[in-house]
Amino acid sequence: MEFFERFMIPHPSFLIYVSMVLIVLVSVALVAVITYFKLWGYLWREWITTVDHKKIGIMYLLMALLMLFRGGVDAIMLRYQLSMPENTFLDAQHYNEVFTTHGVVMILFMAMPFITFFFNYLVPLQIGARDVAFPRLNNLSFWLFFMGAMLFNLSFVVGGSPDAGWTSYFPLADNEFSTSVGTNYYMIAIQIAGIGTLMTGINFITTIMKMRAPGMTLFKMPMFTWSALIANLIIVFAFPVLTVALAMGTMDRLFDTKFFAIGNGGMDMLWANLFWVWGHPEVYILILPAFGIFSEVISTFARRNLYGYKSMVWSMIVISVFAFTVWTHHFFTMGQGAFTNSIFSITTMAIAVPTGVKIFNWLFTLYKGKIEFTTPMLYAVHFIPLFTLGGVTGVMLAMSAADYQYHNTMFLVAHFHNVIIPGVVYAMLAGFTFYWPKMFGFMLNEKIGKATVWVMSTGFLLAFMPMYITGLDGQARRMYTYSESTGFSTLNMVSFVGAGIMAVSFIMLVWNIWYSFKNSPRNIGSDPWDARGLEWATHTPIPAYNFAITPDVTDSTSEAFWDMKKKGTQIFKGEIKKIHMPNYSGVPFIMSCGFFLLGFSLIFSMWIPAIVGLIVILAGMAHRSFEKDHGYYIPEEDVKATEKQYEKRGAK
Amino acid sequence: MAKYFPLGQVMGFVFSLILTGLALLVHFTDMSMKTGMIVLLVTAFLQAGLQFAIFMHAGETKDKWSIYSNIVYGFAMVIITILGTLLILLWDM
Repeated sequence: MEFFERFMIPHPSFLIYVSMVLIVLVSVALVAVITYFKLWGYLWREWITTVDHKKIGIMYLLMALLMLFRGGVDAIMLRYQLSMPENTFLDAQHYNEVFTTHGVVMILFMAMPFITFFFNYLVPLQIGARDVAFPRLNNLSFWLFFMGAMLFNLSFVVGGSPDAGWTSYFPLADNEFSTSVGTNYYMIAIQIAGIGTLMTGINFITTIMKMRAPGMTLFKMPMFTWSALIANLIIVFAFPVLTVALAMGTMDRLFDTKFFAIGNGGMDMLWANLFWVWGHPEVYILILPAFGIFSEVISTFARRNLYGYKSMVWSMIVISVFAFTVWTHHFFTMGQGAFTNSIFSITTMAIAVPTGVKIFNWLFTLYKGKIEFTTPMLYAVHFIPLFTLGGVTGVMLAMSAADYQYHNTMFLVAHFHNVIIPGVVYAMLAGFTFYWPKMFGFMLNEKIGKATVWVMSTGFLLAFMPMYITGLDGQARRMYTYSESTGFSTLNMVSFVGAGIMAVSFIMLVWNIWYSFKNSPRNIGSDPWDARGLEWATHTPIPAYNFAITPDVTDSTSEAFWDMKKKGTQIFKGEIKKIHMPNYSGVPFIMSCGFFLLGFSLIFSMWIPAIVGLIVILAGMAHRSFEKDHGYYIPEEDVKATEKQYEKRGAK
Repeated sequence: MAKYFPLGQVMGFVFSLILTGLALLVHFTDMSMKTGMIVLLVTAFLQAGLQFAIFMHAGETKDKWSIYSNIVYGFAMVIITILGTLLILLWDM
């Protein structure tokens, strides 16, 4: 019995008990359904062991939507708690746990898999490759991310949630002040998911550098691929910092080292420093692919090629350098001198310049375009003004002297939601709607889609504009309640209503998927949007080998498919030959189960199962080292037969 | 025969021995802490660059441009991070 006591929740409540029951019921139901329909073999053969970048992408997408739901529920709880003064819906401890979870889930387990979904799904198609450079590593990346996310989501029902904020600053995050295992969950779950992300970064840099179609020079890559390249470059240089910081934090908590402790030569400020050395580049890891998606969407529906391709690329390259020079603006008030703050104020304002260049490029692309207001375009058109507003308040926060006023108020909260929601989330949903027909062979309903955008923007404005005002009036961030006399109550109620409207837009999104699945026509061909990039040049649904003949874009521009349609440029030259493909493998999944076991055991300081987990991981690596796996060939006849089937259906 | 002789590699090996010898001087002679550190840092980075270019074949393929720019980028980011951290936590605290 004593053994099991460690898994108890230190601070339970009725809601948590309800969630426990629900989790058990849903898990049992899921297992029952899969067993009843005999789907275990199918899942294992087609999804769990897959190395196909398209399927891995779709699994990332599912995770992202699931986590969007989880983070969204947290957000509604937070807004409801603050909607009235002296509200008792959540107590201080639960409020801390919920905002910590909301932040971590939304950034690391919603936004990150969403952009990774786009990397996976689009990059090989846009560069005319058959798969990524290291397909099996890609599978491992996904499962590490999945295990990290599951571990983190387990925390609130087993052992207690992390409660030190998504930034988890020391000394608060140290054992002295965070006594439950919650912060262990934070350190280890993010570590596991982070290793997966690091692998993704290496994988995609290699893919883009080495596997581009013949004739595709760097400056002929589609804009999304460029943004993916830069984002992955930043991943490879920023994530190791997080890995090291988390490892040091883990050691502080588990083995009583003193890296971030207050006494004994430790330095708590070093955590904040390292966290943001990773944390600020992370912002650009999220936003650059989002910009890439918007570039694709805007040029497609303005029916013009992207204005200023080269300046777009150079602004991203400049951002990749500047991203690493601004991190101090997250803690202007930590106590360093005015000299340091001034330097980082200037670099922060400077980074607004390349971002501004991109905004103007999109505006000039729209200028004199034949704009077509489809759902993805509507997201993009809403993005430009809303994101600019977020950018301007960002420049306000960049002024270090003024930041002493805004720091840790709702003004800051409003600012970063103002850039992340219209920036990242809108881009992800625009891309999601835009590429949906390519993935599943039918369109999402346009009417519901457009309504969703309007509802979402309305909710967004109502939810976050009041925070700017209450923030300037002094409402502190992360405070679980306030008194009537502060006068914050009306605006916070408005904010809650806005959050509710945003929840409605999420339900509309889900409803749209269901409605379109039932009603949308399936004979839409492979190019329903009249799009421009190479990714649209293949069939729908995309065959496992992507392109029967490797495209050759020597004679085309960065919009190879458009050139093919409008100028008759040949991309597919030569004959169909046998195609080399990578084999599926179950080892990465088993390895990531080892990671899960290792992580879970470390969280509760159970050393023997931790060693078992570690052995599983090492055994998987050893197996890979000695394994001979040269992939397989799809014979010429099979490729021809598949292609003929597509022709018969008139898909091309 | 001359064109098969790996002159670059041999010279690289000789240079790396010389650099190692220079670094060893710090231990065997009576330098001040400051001079010693300077010698060590300079020889260490020269050694790393030498190994990278000659024995890890960085410059021998068509993509040497991307390999070198990647190194330069990484190097610049590390320097910025270290100097920035020192500035924040020590020099201007």
